[in-house]
Amino acid sequence: MGIEFIAGHNLYWIISLLLLVGLYGMLAKRNLVKKLIGMNIFQTAIILFYIAGASKWNATVPVIDPALGSVDPADYINPLPHTLMLTAIVVSVATTGVGFALLISIYRRYRTLDEDTLLKRMR
Amino acid sequence: MIEANLPLLVPLTFLISALVIPLIGLRVPGAAYPLALAAVLATIPIAGFGLYRVMDGGPVSYTLGGWEAPIGIEFVLDPLASFLTLLVTVVSCLVLIHARHVASVEHPDKQVPYYSLVLLLLAGFCGIMATGDLFNLYVFLEISSLAGYGLVAIGDKRSPVSAYRYLILGSVGTGFYLLGTGFIYVMSGSLNMADVARILPQILDQPAVLAGLILMVTGIGLKTALFPLHFWLPDAYSSASSVSSALLAPLGTKVGAYVLIRILFFVFDPAAVEQRVPITSVIAWLSAGGVLYGSLMALAQQEFKRMLAYSSVAQIGYIGLGLGMANPLGFTGAVLHILNHALMKAALFLVAGNLRVQLGHSNIAAMDHRLSRQMPWSMAALVVGALSMIGLPPTAGFFSKWYLVLGGIQGSYWVFVGVILLGGLLNAIYFFRVVERVYLPFRRGPSNQAAPNGGQEVVENREARFSMLAPTLVLAGALLALGLASSFLVNRVIHHMIPAGL
Repeated sequence: MGIEFIAGHNLYWIISLLLLVGLYGMLAKRNLVKKLIGMNIFQTAIILFYIAGASKWNATVPVIDPALGSVDPADYINPLPHTLMLTAIVVSVATTGVGFALLISIYRRYRTLDEDTLLKRMR
Repeated sequence: MIEANLPLLVPLTFLISALVIPLIGLRVPGAAYPLALAAVLATIPIAGFGLYRVMDGGPVSYTLGGWEAPIGIEFVLDPLASFLTLLVTVVSCLVLIHARHVASVEHPDKQVPYYSLVLLLLAGFCGIMATGDLFNLYVFLEISSLAGYGLVAIGDKRSPVSAYRYLILGSVGTGFYLLGTGFIYVMSGSLNMADVARILPQILDQPAVLAGLILMVTGIGLKTALFPLHFWLPDAYSSASSVSSALLAPLGTKVGAYVLIRILFFVFDPAAVEQRVPITSVIAWLSAGGVLYGSLMALAQQEFKRMLAYSSVAQIGYIGLGLGMANPLGFTGAVLHILNHALMKAALFLVAGNLRVQLGHSNIAAMDHRLSRQMPWSMAALVVGALSMIGLPPTAGFFSKWYLVLGGIQGSYWVFVGVILLGGLLNAIYFFRVVERVYLPFRRGPSNQAAPNGGQEVVENREARFSMLAPTLVLAGALLALGLASSFLVNRVIHHMIPAGL
């Protein structure tokens, strides 16, 4: 665990940090909207993780260019994680939408979005 | 021709009808229910034929868009998947027949979106069963989860809060699963389950692979409500409408258990993993805790649906125990318990629905012996369901616990054998508490004298209508029939599911 280990993986450190920030927001924040924001940060971190896994040094966009004369896969970055993450982004948007719809419904019934007040009014 | 397409047909039927219902329902709201029922009825023969075909001639695989397996997405129907697909279609069909009156009483203004969501949920479930691709499984998991959040939100006053809590925790669960899949993909370069299973033995010593497995199991454990990740379940199940809880409680957690089986036993090799991280032992010990915790909490509940929800936590514990033992008998017990628990929980939640519609409540404290004459058939179904939950011999519940105990003895897990037996006793206590109230007259205390009708002789018939009663009784009858047919099931069907690694 030298300095190279930390410096060589700085992208993964940032992703881990984002994951933790997201989890903290979802589980520890008392405001329901902040929980949803935490969820979005969490999902973004996962998306970044996949994208990070796809990248390569000295590689270009995955469109085969005849002018380049190369069909070696090592010259192109892996396109699959990007397409997977397009799906994951759609899922994340849908989940956020359902979450906001539920928040509107909660606010109409209880007139609050704070978890402690909500628990008091639910009794 | 139809045989080659079998894996895709059931999820696709659900998916298409889920989209058709809002389109037609916009003009003709009354068409939503017949369409939903027709879709579910159509899938039963397909699922049945799928099971027959798979038992007869081995797994059927379908490659989407003609892209061959490791590159394209593959749908595979193997014995386990086809069996559970049939279970999902049959149980959901019975629940939908029951739903006709219940849904029109509990949420009359939401018929069209409601049935659309139900079919989306089923599309997700059957897609999870059929898919052979780790990322595709995530997509179907999210389809069923999103539909599930919507279904939980249609219920009593506090249901949006339960649904929101379910959404946040469910997203953590699916997020962990996705992250774990990412780890596996980065290390193995493949998402196809069969392909990953081929590659894994060479890279199993990499910490990232094991971390990926742990992340996936944690995520799915959250969706399955495996103790101690169960805390969203009681609220979600007890505040959802009767139909939603009758669909989600028997099927939702079982699908999670299926994913656990698929990943732990088919993608990974449990024996090889166990040498590196004791993941099956951890699952078994936590499940043992879940059996005791769920049963004790169920004992403390005053509301029938909430009691059933906590009892679900305990029953999932039984399934987890069987998986955690990681031997063929335990595995058989777990799969048999998935089947039995789906049927008995459905039967009991339908009884809860009958109570809610006919009496307007399902408080245990407010039940008394007049109920056994007001609703004789529903209460008979309650007794059969309760006997099966406890695990008394003629009913199906006995046999799954029998195999679990045999698995425990085979692996010399004496603590788990003790937990299974103790859990059965606790089940007996909390169900007999209800059965006693319903059947035994002359309860002590002044409440009986203050009965408004002035005596026990005047008892009007408040039995549920036929469309609600018939599915309840069919499920209760199935519990007895499956008890008698269990040796056939184990030898002819479940025997083929046991993975090669066990």
